Order: sequence, then C-alpha cells, then structure tokens
Amino acid sequence: MAMSEQVSVSQIPAFHEIYADQVKLDDREGYEGFIIPAEFLVQFAQAIKSKWGYDFLSSVTAVDYFPDMMEVVYHAYRSLGGPALVFKVQVSREDSVVPSLVSVFPGAELQEREAWDLMGIRFENHPDLRRILMWEGFAGHPLRKDWKEPYFEEENKPFSSRWPEGVAVRSETLNPYGSNVQYPKDFDPETWTPEADESLYLGLKSFKENDGLDTEKIIINLGPQHPSTHGVFRMAALLDGETIVDLKPVCGYLHRNHEKIGERNTYLQNMPFTDRLDYISSMSNNFGYALAVEKLLGIKPPERADYIRVIMAELTRIASHFMTTGFLLNDLGAFFTPALYALKERELILDVFEAASGSRMMCNYFRFGGVFQDLPEGLLEVIRDLAFNRLPKKIDEMDALLTENEIVRSRCIGIGVLTAEEAIALSASGPVLRGSGVPYDIRKADPYSIYDRFDFDVAVRYHGDIFDRYLVRIEEIRQSIRIIQQAVTQIKDGPIFDGKSQYSFKVPPGEAYGRVEGPKGELGFYLVSNGQANPWRYHVRAPSFINLTSLRQMSLGEKVADVVAVLGSIDIVLGEVDR
Amino acid sequence: MAMDEINKAGVTIPPELQGQIAITTLDKIYNWSRSNSLWPMMFGLACCAIEMIITAASRYDFSRFGMEVMRPSPRQADIMIVSGTVTKKMVPQIVRLYNQMSEPRYVLAMGACASGGGPFKEGYNVVSGIDKFIPVDIYIPGCPPTPQALLHGLIIMQKKIERQKLSDADWYKKDVDNEIPVPILGPDLIDPRKYALIKEQTHKPAFQVVEEVQNGDE
Amino acid sequence: MSGSGKGILKGLGITLKHFIETYTVDRKEGKNRYFTEEGILSRRTPDTKGVFTVQYPEEKAPLPEAFRYIPFLVYDVGEDGNRDIRCTSCGICAKVCPPQCIWITRRTDEETGKPMKEPSQFMIDVDICMNCGLCAEYCPFEAIRMDHDYEIANVDRMKHHIFDLEKLLKPASYYKAIRPVQVEREEAEKREKEAKKEAARAAAAAAKAKKDAENNS
Ligand code: SF4
Ligand code: SF4
Ligand code: SF4
Repeated sequence: MAMSEQVSVSQIPAFHEIYADQVKLDDREGYEGFIIPAEFLVQFAQAIKSKWGYDFLSSVTAVDYFPDMMEVVYHAYRSLGGPALVFKVQVSREDSVVPSLVSVFPGAELQEREAWDLMGIRFENHPDLRRILMWEGFAGHPLRKDWKEPYFEEENKPFSSRWPEGVAVRSETLNPYGSNVQYPKDFDPETWTPEADESLYLGLKSFKENDGLDTEKIIINLGPQHPSTHGVFRMAALLDGETIVDLKPVCGYLHRNHEKIGERNTYLQNMPFTDRLDYISSMSNNFGYALAVEKLLGIKPPERADYIRVIMAELTRIASHFMTTGFLLNDLGAFFTPALYALKERELILDVFEAASGSRMMCNYFRFGGVFQDLPEGLLEVIRDLAFNRLPKKIDEMDALLTENEIVRSRCIGIGVLTAEEAIALSASGPVLRGSGVPYDIRKADPYSIYDRFDFDVAVRYHGDIFDRYLVRIEEIRQSIRIIQQAVTQIKDGPIFDGKSQYSFKVPPGEAYGRVEGPKGELGFYLVSNGQANPWRYHVRAPSFINLTSLRQMSLGEKVADVVAVLGSIDIVLGEVDR
Repeated sequence: MAMDEINKAGVTIPPELQGQIAITTLDKIYNWSRSNSLWPMMFGLACCAIEMIITAASRYDFSRFGMEVMRPSPRQADIMIVSGTVTKKMVPQIVRLYNQMSEPRYVLAMGACASGGGPFKEGYNVVSGIDKFIPVDIYIPGCPPTPQALLHGLIIMQKKIERQKLSDADWYKKDVDNEIPVPILGPDLIDPRKYALIKEQTHKPAFQVVEEVQNGDE
Repeated sequence: MSGSGKGILKGLGITLKHFIETYTVDRKEGKNRYFTEEGILSRRTPDTKGVFTVQYPEEKAPLPEAFRYIPFLVYDVGEDGNRDIRCTSCGICAKVCPPQCIWITRRTDEETGKPMKEPSQFMIDVDICMNCGLCAEYCPFEAIRMDHDYEIANVDRMKHHIFDLEKLLKPASYYKAIRPVQVEREEAEKREKEAKKEAARAAAAAAKAKKDAENNS
C-alpha cells in the first residue's frame, strides 16, 4: 500500500471545519468525535459514506444523560481499515426523535429498533419501528435512567443491605406480587388484550407479482422452540410454496437485561457477566471488555499477560469455529457425527480453560491490566502440544471429512448468497463479511493488543454463500493455530499483573469503545464513565445480533429447508443476540 | 446387573434358573423401565444448554443412562431440562410446552437461572426460577452446572422415580387436572392465577402505596 | 447432485477409522484404560484416541486445582478443638459479589454490644451465585474459597440451596486437600511477610539499641 493511502485511511477528517456551520467537535473531556444536529444527520451520513469512504456503520446506540438529554452515538468505519469515526446526535429526553439512517446504512435497522425499545428514541422514517427485545405492550423503556425494575434495590452495587447487618431477604418477599413484576396504577388484568403478532405479520411484504399461477402465501414461524434455531430464536417467514418471499427475525426470548444490570454493577462485576454474552467464547468477550476499560483507565497489561490473552482468545476462536462447523452440519441433516468430532476438540480446549481459569465456559479470566492468574505448571506444554500436534491434524481431518462431501457441497454452494456490497451495507462482520469477499479483520485493520507481532493471514472467500462462510471458518482455525504457535514460542516469563488487582476503583470520566475480532465478528463495548465506580452507560455491540440484519437478504428466494442452514452459517449465539 | 436391580428382595430364585428369570413387583419393573429410558426434550434456553449438549456428546455421553433420545416434540418427552435463563417473553411458551407433555412428566431445573433466577435475577425480563410456574423435581445449582453435575442431577432424578408407587401415581387418577394457565404478556408478565392480587394492588389508593413503601423501607 | 461420490466415501473412511480406533486402542491399552486413574488421564491428553467417554459416576474427570463451583468458608481447628473461623466479617466479598448473593451479619459482643471480627451469620443463595470466584479472589483473609464439590443437586431449593454458615464452613485441611498449590503459595507469602516484619522489628530494635547506646555515651 502506498504511503499516502495509509495516511488517508487512518486519519479522521476534521468535519467540524468542513461542515463548520452544522458540525461541532465533541469537546467534553474524555470524549471524541462530532456532534451533528438531527436535521443534518441523514445528509452527513450520506456524505461520509460517498465522499469519505466511511461505508461501514458499525454501531448505533443511545445514552441517557439523565436529566439533561438523550444522545445517539454512531460508530462508522472504512471497510479498508482504520479507526472509528464517532458522531452523535443530541435530543431532548421528552421528545426524542432522530431521523433514521436505514436509508443510508441498512445495517442500522435492528440496532435502531433496539434503541427505540430500550431507550425510547423514535427513529423517523424507520421502515419497521417495533420493539425488538421486549414485547409490544411492555410498559416503559427500561434502559432509561429513571425507569426502575421490579426488583430494584439501589442505584448502584454494592447494595448496603448485604453487610454488616445482612439479613438474607429474597427479592420476592419485598415485591408485593411475590415475583419479578410491576404494573402501572389502575391496571386491570381482566380487560387486557395482549398484543397479537399482527404488526409483525403486516410488516412482511405481501407478494404481489403474478406469475399466472395463483398460489396462496402462508406465514410460518420457526421457533422460538425449534431444534434448528440454536436456542430461543424465532423467524417469521412468508412462503410462496416452499420459497421464502420475506422473512423477519424475532428475538428477545433470551433478553437478560445485560446492559441494565451492567450499569448497576461496578466495572469489575461486569467481567463475569460478559462471559454470558456469547457463552461459547467467553475469553474473547473478556478481552473486548478489558480493552474498553483499560482504554478508560489508560493502562496496559504486562507483556506476558498480553501473550496469555492472545493465546486464550485464539483458542476460543478455534473452539467456537469447530462448534459452529459441527452444528452447521447438524442443520444440514448430518446428525451429530461431525458435531461430535468437533465437540471432542472443543473439550480438549475447554480443559485448558478450566485449568487456567477454573471454569470450562464462564472463564472470567481477564482483569483490567492483566489476567486473573498465571498459567498453572505444565499448561503451556499442553497448549504447545495442542497447537503443534493435535489441532493441525484435526482440522485437516475435519476438512477431509466435509469439504469434498458432495451433499455438503450441493446444499451449501450458491445458497444464502450475500454480496460484498450488501455485506458492508448491512454491517455484517466476522466470517459473514469475509465470506463475502471483504478482507476486513480487526486484528489487521485496527490492530489491538499485540496482534501486530504475529504473522497470519486474513481468511477471505468471495462467493458469499454458506460454503464460503464455512471455508472461512476452517481457514481461520488454521490461522489461529499459526498465531498460537508463534505465541507459545515467543512468550517469556514475567509478571501477569502490575501491582495488585483492585476490586473497586474510580474511572476517569469519558467514553471508550473497545472492540475485538471475536469468533462471531466485531465485538465492541461502548462505555461511558461519569467518574464513579460504576459505568454510566454500558453497551455491547453484539456481532451475532447485527449479523442477523442480513438474514433476510440471504434467505430471500431460498427454500425453507435452506434457511436453517443459512442461519447456521451466520453462527448466532442467543446470549449475545438478545443480551 | 439389571437383573439384580429389578429382582425383588426376599424371593429366592432356584440356582438353575438364576440369570434367566426375574421375580419382581409391578412397581419395581415399572419404575426401572421408566427411569432407564428418560427421554429429554430437546430444548435449550441459554448457556446451560451448551453444557447439556456436551453431556449428550462423547465425553459424558448420557446415552449410558438411556437418555440419548432427545425429542424436539414435547409429546414424546418424559423430562424437560430447563437449561438456562427463563425470560418473561419465553415463559408462556415454556408453560405451553409443559402442558403438552404427557404424564408422567418431570422437570429438572438446570443451573442457577432456572432454579432461582441466577445472576440475572434482578433483570426486568427475567423470571426468578421456573418453579414460579411449573413444578420442579430436581434443582441443580451451578452456573453452568458442569456435565458431571448434570449427570448427578439426572441420577438423583432416577432415584426419585424409583421411589414412586403405581398405587398413588397422580397420572392414573381421574379428575386430576394438571394444566397450568399460560401466562400473558401485558405491561409486565401476568400470571392468570394472580388476577385478584394484581387488581387489589393496582387499585390501591395512592397514599396507601406510599405508606407501604415506607414500611418496606424500615 | 454433482461429483462422483468420492468426497462422501472419503468422509465415510474417516468415520470408519474413528470407529475402528475405539476397538484397537482399547485392545492395545488393555484393562487399565478404564476405571483407573492413569486410564482417565490418558483419555484427556492431546494425543488421545478411541473412546473418549468418562464413565461418570464410576469414573470422575479429575478437576484442576483452579476449578470453582460454590464458595465455602474456611475454618482452622484451634488447639482446644474449637472451630476458628477465618472470616473477619470485613464485607469485601459481599461488596464484590456481582449478583450480590452474599449476606453477612456481623457478630456483636453480647456484653459490650461492640461489633466483633466474626460473622454471626453468612448466607449464600447458591441459586443466584454465578460461580465467578471474585469473592475468593479478593478476600484478604483467605477465609472464603471456591469449592470443588459439584454434586449438590437436590429436590428442594429453599431447604437445600440457601447455604448458611453451618453449611458453608469447611476445615482448612479440606481446603489444603483440594488446592495444595494455592495453599502452599499463600503460606509462602505469609512466611515472607512474617520474615519481613521480623527483619523490620530486628532493624528497629537494633536502631533503638544504637540510639540508646549513643544517648548513654
Ligand atoms: S445458570 Fe449461568 S450458565 Fe446457566 S443459563 Fe444462567 S447464566 Fe447461563
Ligand atoms: S472477604 Fe473474607 S473475611 Fe471479609 S467478609 Fe468475606 S469471607 Fe469474611
Ligand atoms: S462466586 Fe461470585 S457470585 Fe458466587 S458468591 Fe462468590 S462472588 Fe458471589
């Protein structure tokens, strides 16, 4: 790449000078980016996309600066690489209306719906602004700071009732209904008519075209309890015969209020909660969160800790991709044999996690400025053995087992196609994006931690179908093995933590966005600190959730049976989709 | 081995017939066959479901207990492993699935979330324990319970089944209706069994509510 | 369908290889492969082949020292056989616990009414606990540690799954048995601290003696 190009990719234009009349620099201490007036937003978005190359709108979220205002925060990137362009729109809390960006960046669709659902921001001209995580009819927008949950105890943890005169009172006893509910005043349950799914079905495009044959369109629901949906996920599909005419993802069946709980927690207390986002790859969730908080604190871990982090994150990627591949084959009907082989390798990796962190799945291993503890004796040898001897052989075996299999090929090639342009526009990330021919990998595009020290390639394939996403994953496992091989050779003895880990600390005010290339895609943590021990805003940019935006595009025109495989190839984990 | 398990104690089998016949009670053979072919429902909710799948996979392999037949349909399942966080949005479906299971049916709450709400208990969309709606037979703590912990829970479940008696089995009685009213999604989750209580609380005059909050604070 | 079916045959060959391995490995390694400690360990190494299953409950997978499940409280056995609870009721674990499932009541002296360094009650709701291990990590007195016992499934939540002080207390010998390396490390740290203190005390005494000597002269 030529020098001039590199500079242009990593530099953010001074938009407050270019659009001096409208755009302001965000000059609050600890903040970055630009403040855009709501009227100018769509125009600004069009300009950055067409003129400045910011074609990838990664994250859309809102912050409630109670009692002053609501702020909608956007993070956009160039698909060529480089740091984020952050821009914000500020609106009043009472009348929070912001123009929707779906017309410019279709990838904003689900995220804007989420901001409406949880924050009560109305996005004007949004094609389908319904609640997404909660259900229609739910009272209030729960992430607003003045909204209190039924088991509300105190604004922030730790709760004072726990010590020194702690009496174990269950939250059920304190609630007048004896369970986790609350109702508005004068609410009468007998006259309540629950919102049916009408509005969902009306949102499905009715099929007008007449090809001479009069067929009746039917709506079918897959899920939320369906063996192929990888958890409690639901798809409402409009069918013409067996062909998908329109499809909408319905989620929220595992909405566990991660962000509300996260804003009551202290920074450290959130660490084990991040394990439960994408519960198959907890180490890499820890990584993203630790990076974001370290950014706020302005600290860096010692070198050995960095190496351990990378080793763990790459092992996670291998385990996750193995599992995805196995279960994709499950979805194709090859019931359990490939999945069993994959899970066997995953078990061996989980043994490493268990020995290092104490738990197989919920590792809670990273700390701000290091890791929880050093690798126990002998574990490095096991990792070395895995990386040099076992895993390379097993990935070759997996490859030989599946890649040339004619049934796999005929069911995957050319199915669920997403072109490169569509993938970028729909904010897809991870293997979905790379399977469509966009070589965007955060480890290379915007390197974090010590990834710049390793020699590895970004896996890319160009057809954007199920098969290419599968190939990307297989290739990524190989690259991860390469990284681990280098890391276990380079790692030196040393401290894994500077000083002593604190359980509670104040964090300087400001915002930070930490992102890592997780196994599913770009995993980002957006944090706003107001100088206290608890984050003011804690938002997760969940890759599986945002990758779902492209599910419709991939499934249009496919058969019902293929949608299951398409979903499997996106690789969603419900803990992260619904949070 | 199986013979020893079902043979009724106290009855001696002549040596020439040992290993060929078994003398047992109806209860014993009934429970023995049921507890060794518990078919779980293929039904995962959250992180715990992954550990449940691992328990079915090669390292822990619960087919050794006759449980490998995971049924996606509630009609064919004997045991519902509630593996994960139960959310308000999901609970109507879970109750419906439970109602569709045929007797005798068992429920196993796997993990902290299904048992008592777990780490997400305080969340506004989380039901603090599936036992608020459907009767639970075994609770397994842990977050997530390791596959061995789940197996331990399943073994306890088998033991529990072995203690049941045909004579007082609920499911052969007439007029026992175990249908559970399906909760409704309102401004918050509505349990149809609690209509009266909800009405009483929401129609309280304002000052009384205030008073109660103050009392609660004390 | 495209192709000659060669890919499928290749795949089937691999499954067949796996299938045959389950027999050949068993034959080669003999009886000791099952129900013995080395046998279980040999099925966990990176070069394991053949049957992978841990035959729980007859066999149990070995737990690494770091393994964590539910916390427990450590007590030392005093000279008179009394239980000497290490917990000083400082409250750090209750503060750090992410789902806030620890409740501690501090004991007050019955005569003077002064707060004592001891809990009178200590509750953990294990059906909320997320097994994160933060309480054990930050307890400054080595008083709360993560247990290895995972066989605690039961039929009644309220009766069995809200652990009180009695249920949580376990002797230091148990702690040492499940976490030998950690105990060793902690004891070494303690010795080091003691030695430092001792050295400081000796230095102070020496300084004082010197000063005294100077004053005297
Ligand atoms: S108990 Fe823990 S592992 Fe299981 S579903 Fe709940 S949070 Fe996930
Ligand atoms: S942190 Fe340790 S000493 Fe302090 S209250 Fe908890 S267990 Fe007791
Ligand atoms: S392990 Fe974690 S959740 Fe459980 S009591 Fe300790 S700090 Fe709380």
